[in-house]
Amino acid sequence: MIITFLIFWPLVVAAIIALIRGDRPDHIRQAALAGTIIEFVVSTYLLFAFKTGAGYQFTVRWLWSDTLGVGYQVGIDGISLFLVLLTTLLTAISVWASFGAIQERVKGYFIAFLVLETGMIGTFCATDLFLFYVCWELMLLPMYFLIGIWGGVNRIYATYKFVIYTITGSLFMLVAIIYTANIIHKIAGVWTFDLTVWMQYSIPTANQLWLFIAFALAFAIKVPMFPLHTWLPDAHVQAPTAGSVILAGVLLKMGTYGFLRFAIPLFPSAFLDALPVILVLAVIGIIYGALVAMVQKDIKSLVAYSSVSHLGFVMLGLCALNTVGFAGSLLQQINHGISTGALFLLVGIIYERQHTRLIADYGGLFKVVPVFSIYFMIVMLSSIGLPGTNGFVGEFLILLGAFRSHPVAAVLGTAGIVLAAGYMLWMYQRVFFGQVTNPKNENITDMTLRERAILVPLVIIIFAIGIYPKPILERIEPALNRVIDRVNAVQVVEKTKQDELLSTRNTYPPPAMETKSADPETEEEQPR
Amino acid sequence: MLNTIWLIPVFPLIGFLINGLGGRRLSRYGSGVVACMMVFFSFIFSLLAVLFLKENSYHIEVLDWVVSGTFSVSFGFILDPLSSVMVLTVSGVAFLIHVYSTGYMAHDEHVSRYFAYLNLFVFFMLILVLADNFLLLYMGWEGVGLCSYLLIGFWFHKDSAANAGKKAFLVNRVGDFGFALGIFLIFWHFGSVQFPDVFAAAPEVLGAGGGLATLICLLLFLGATGKSAQIPLYIWLPDAMEGPTPVSALIHAATMVTAGVYMVARCSALFVFSPTALLVVAIIGAATALFAATMATVQNDIKRVLAYSTISQLGYMFLACGVAAFSAAIFHLMTHAFFKALLFLGAGSVIHAMHEEQDLRKMGGLRKYLPATFLTFAIATLAISGFPGLAGFVSKDEILWSSFSSPLGGLVFWIVGVLTAGLTAFYMFRLLFLAFYGKSRFDDTTAAKIHESPMSMTGSLSILAILSIVGGWIGWPEALGGGNSFGNYLEPVFAQAKEYLPQGGHHAYSTEYLLMGLSVAIGVIGFFWAYRWYISESPAAERIKERFPGLYTLVLNKYYIDEFYQAVIVRPLIGGSRLLWHKFDELAIDGAVNGLGRLVRAIGRGGALAQTGYFRAYAAFFSLGAALVLGWMIYLMR
Repeated sequence: MIITFLIFWPLVVAAIIALIRGDRPDHIRQAALAGTIIEFVVSTYLLFAFKTGAGYQFTVRWLWSDTLGVGYQVGIDGISLFLVLLTTLLTAISVWASFGAIQERVKGYFIAFLVLETGMIGTFCATDLFLFYVCWELMLLPMYFLIGIWGGVNRIYATYKFVIYTITGSLFMLVAIIYTANIIHKIAGVWTFDLTVWMQYSIPTANQLWLFIAFALAFAIKVPMFPLHTWLPDAHVQAPTAGSVILAGVLLKMGTYGFLRFAIPLFPSAFLDALPVILVLAVIGIIYGALVAMVQKDIKSLVAYSSVSHLGFVMLGLCALNTVGFAGSLLQQINHGISTGALFLLVGIIYERQHTRLIADYGGLFKVVPVFSIYFMIVMLSSIGLPGTNGFVGEFLILLGAFRSHPVAAVLGTAGIVLAAGYMLWMYQRVFFGQVTNPKNENITDMTLRERAILVPLVIIIFAIGIYPKPILERIEPALNRVIDRVNAVQVVEKTKQDELLSTRNTYPPPAMETKSADPETEEEQPR
Repeated sequence: MLNTIWLIPVFPLIGFLINGLGGRRLSRYGSGVVACMMVFFSFIFSLLAVLFLKENSYHIEVLDWVVSGTFSVSFGFILDPLSSVMVLTVSGVAFLIHVYSTGYMAHDEHVSRYFAYLNLFVFFMLILVLADNFLLLYMGWEGVGLCSYLLIGFWFHKDSAANAGKKAFLVNRVGDFGFALGIFLIFWHFGSVQFPDVFAAAPEVLGAGGGLATLICLLLFLGATGKSAQIPLYIWLPDAMEGPTPVSALIHAATMVTAGVYMVARCSALFVFSPTALLVVAIIGAATALFAATMATVQNDIKRVLAYSTISQLGYMFLACGVAAFSAAIFHLMTHAFFKALLFLGAGSVIHAMHEEQDLRKMGGLRKYLPATFLTFAIATLAISGFPGLAGFVSKDEILWSSFSSPLGGLVFWIVGVLTAGLTAFYMFRLLFLAFYGKSRFDDTTAAKIHESPMSMTGSLSILAILSIVGGWIGWPEALGGGNSFGNYLEPVFAQAKEYLPQGGHHAYSTEYLLMGLSVAIGVIGFFWAYRWYISESPAAERIKERFPGLYTLVLNKYYIDEFYQAVIVRPLIGGSRLLWHKFDELAIDGAVNGLGRLVRAIGRGGALAQTGYFRAYAAFFSLGAALVLGWMIYLMR
């Protein structure tokens, strides 16, 4: 029941807001904030009621159509638990952060935001592929409006790019979902989109690869993985602050979550085949994102490119295929939501005052707005993975795990950490240190009480995860291990198959093989 | 008592929180008092803990930290003779420098921020030396790096300071890259990153030979070259002098920069399995010692002379580690903390008195104006130059002797060490003479303002001066009738390493006397050279320039190493990144995407013919599309 509440409560609030008169923006704001805070408070119940290692919990099964096997089926396991919490937290924060920035069409804005929340929670909780797809697409619409209506100057180009990229990916996914259902139907004899049922069967290896590619394409665009990332900087730069927070904090996680939840466990053998490609793209993403971030002139696009780099780490962790790497990867998804969300909030705070995000327009801010500068510093340190902050634990586990499976990739990834410090500190220096060179910046007001209240929870979480990540790690690991076990099972099967293949080869050996087969007599002859 | 050792780092953390969160509500005086008290508590707790320590090492785990899969690490602390020496040195020297800072920073606007950073530094440094595992050590390691960054850039309104802070952090991150990889390797080969586990398993895992030991040790050492400013990553330390002088004394002389030496000594049980790595450590150490000493001879900034001197002295410590004389390295680490902190604080006292003047060419004759500073500074100069009996003499002599007598050492190492000793005496007396002797090279209005520093500063100077004299006596060598009790105290820490080292032949005391005599003689030559050039002939800072103009330019420009790095690494990186952004992201990928977009639009224009505006037509198209999808599904569902 609780999940159903979490999914539909934002819609209820949206409906209430729709009834409030449009000329009372304050009421609308308060209603939206109250609604999202209630949502967050209720969602924290999950944390206490969650049973570690027990699989899907709080499940609801309600079939719409028995013949089609499509239904409202939701549940939460270790993988989705913290992503749901992240969503409810960031949504409440984003709503509050929008109080000052959004002055026009307030009603539409908050309705869009609440619908977006429904879509996000639904996507994370759906255990029915059809429902998943519906929620996946449901997120696109409000985001489209958020950027397209409340965005910056170039918002139309950005929204087109965002929509074209995303639609392309999800189209392939839709086809793949239907096709997979068909395969399951052939094996099991029933039509179903129930993920838990799908997991009981293994998709024939021959079909896996292209199905995996179709899923992976949709997810890789969302992540975004290099070279499918170019929609991200544009979308971020044009989106309103809260849109950026949700985009970076939650929507990007849909991609990595999709890999963890669907693409990898459904098509494990294809994942193993595609792994080298994903690995290389992940590492390129880490380095490339960091390098390009270094030369950005706009703070927001710098943060956007840093996301490309950070999500490269997350993908690298998935490629590690061991508990440590997977745990790091999932933890880093949460961390990235917190840290990058906070960074966008901070950029928004200064943008609201100065209406520019260009690094060159700033300088010497530490003197003018010390509190803001210190918040920015803390969040930046978390973003570059300083030990004691959340970013360190995630990155460390990812690299440690990846080092076991792919040492070269891990070494390159570790180099990415050096670069991360480079682009962040350089930006920080140009914005906050030195003298105030731009006279417009001499009298900026420091953070207001509301702005501090928005950021304090995020800062607390940054340190809490950095110092005591155990409560999260121990809850996510059983679910992750199930995914790993699924992939490893395939590896074992394939290995035995290969062994069988080799042994059959020995029975019918090609001429060249015959000489190599270990026959004691031939070996004795060789030394002469 | 011992189960409270985790409080040792916690006190300064509390100080940081008080000053960091509530600093603006404290008076300037209050900020300083809180910070000093917290560090003093740490010192007292350290002292008590060390006195209570009966067994060889005490180990306590306070809280789980990162636990995932088979990886598990906690906030655990270890107290053994090695960490005892380190906590006492760190908290003791830090306390004196905190007290000094209350005087030095009294007129700064942002005292509370300063003390907050300084306390935070002490917190991380104590974590670093007390950590019982590699990951927690790494946390302290990066944490002190952060504080170094913050404190170098404390006066961030100066671009030079902000640049120096960033440079320090980035160069250190390059080193940390190696350190992190070393930790990964250790975990996957040892199954743990806890010191006791790793060192106990070292003979089994590394004893078989192969390149693993060398790889691990060299990666760890890369980290050490960053933090401890050795070739090739030393370049950040001279620039770090942009920070307030007490910061230079604490972080960039006495404590943080020695973390690399501590780490190598801590990992002695690993390094002994790789003679190659030890050789690299020794060569880098010796080369850095000599190389940095040459650069110290031509600097005109009083703090930069000391910075290069620090790099050079750290080179000595690594030389000692490289010849497996770990306790000699730690001994020199400790005495160096005393006299180098004293030198920096003395320099700070001069700078303070002369109102932020750091140029030696504008000093001279300060002996008369600053008697207390002069006296203590002279003691430190004698100590670092190896004047017989003082702290620097005893510890440096042990290093020189080990570099010759150790089975891993050799005559070349000794010669480089002794040459460095000569240069050290030269540049230190050059500094002393240019600052305190001769005629004053400033005008009368400046002279009228010069005043001796307050008690808080001279008091700290006096205590450090005493330590610079007597600090070496606890390790008085056997050859001179001492018991080398310092070495014996550290013995159990390095006992395991010693088992796997080749045993050297016994050298007669006569050889030791001879070498000792020679090194003292070379020091005296350095002294006389400085005396001739800067006292008896008309003193001028550029005396070397007159004699060797070409060489002088080369050395003064630090052998153009910074320019080299700039041209070979920094500029290509930024230029290449711009190229990637504009040519690849914007031109190639977006070009393709936009091209695709245009194509779609072109098709759309064709399709626009169907845009009749009639609702019925749209409905028809919609139904057609839906029918197609449904039809496909039904086809599949057959």
